[in-house]
Amino acid sequence: MPLMHNPSNDRLWKDEFPVFTSDERYVTRRQFTKFLTLASLGMFVGNLWIVLKSYLSKKSSYPALDIASIGEIPVRGVKLFSYPTPQDRCIMVRTGEEEYVAYSQKCTHLSCAVYYSVKNDRLECPCHQGFFSIKDGSVLQGPPPRPLPQIVLEREGGKLIATGVKVSGNG
Amino acid sequence: MANPEPTRQRRGLVAIDGAMALIVILLVVQIWLLSATLEAFLAGHSGPVIPAAIFSGLLFMAALTLNIFVNRIDHSSRRP
Repeated sequence: MPLMHNPSNDRLWKDEFPVFTSDERYVTRRQFTKFLTLASLGMFVGNLWIVLKSYLSKKSSYPALDIASIGEIPVRGVKLFSYPTPQDRCIMVRTGEEEYVAYSQKCTHLSCAVYYSVKNDRLECPCHQGFFSIKDGSVLQGPPPRPLPQIVLEREGGKLIATGVKVSGNG
Repeated sequence: MANPEPTRQRRGLVAIDGAMALIVILLVVQIWLLSATLEAFLAGHSGPVIPAAIFSGLLFMAALTLNIFVNRIDHSSRRP
């Protein structure tokens, strides 16, 4: 590896962002302005990406998935399942004789898996002590910025079917 | 008699610095806009997504205009 390096043979980006300290030089105002404008373009592209994601998520429909049979889990019991894709882990809790709720198991803070605390009757994230209401998935305490996405459940005969995902903001 | 050349260059430099400061402000607003839009989208509110994209595009156009302005000033102040 050469100790001295001649930047003039390299491409422009290598010249502007050199590996060797000795090759560094001051960035001109014009170059810096160009960099800021490119960063601005990046922000705009980011906003367009969100528009695209929003459009695609509106078009997508959720499949109906048989999760469990009624009475399969005891009151205050829990069943884990995946919905709508195998990567989306969810948690279903039987809160009463005839009451079932299901939420995404991914904490809205940093995506740790939440669990049901029978003692406190709430969903808890063990990573940063984020607590969610078992009634509607809203944030009770801790750093999570949003409620847990709720899985829409429907009864069909003796079966519990997941039919959608309800995402809501805090307040 | 004073040499007019340094005055012209100094004025050009001030104009470029001002334009750069404006672009920085636009960029900060765009960063805030992007994070706020992402937060709203993840919370299930897709209403502000399109207006935010339009506004971000306008801010980018303004930054691009300022960039062109900086290039022009730079060229004119260097002109012999």
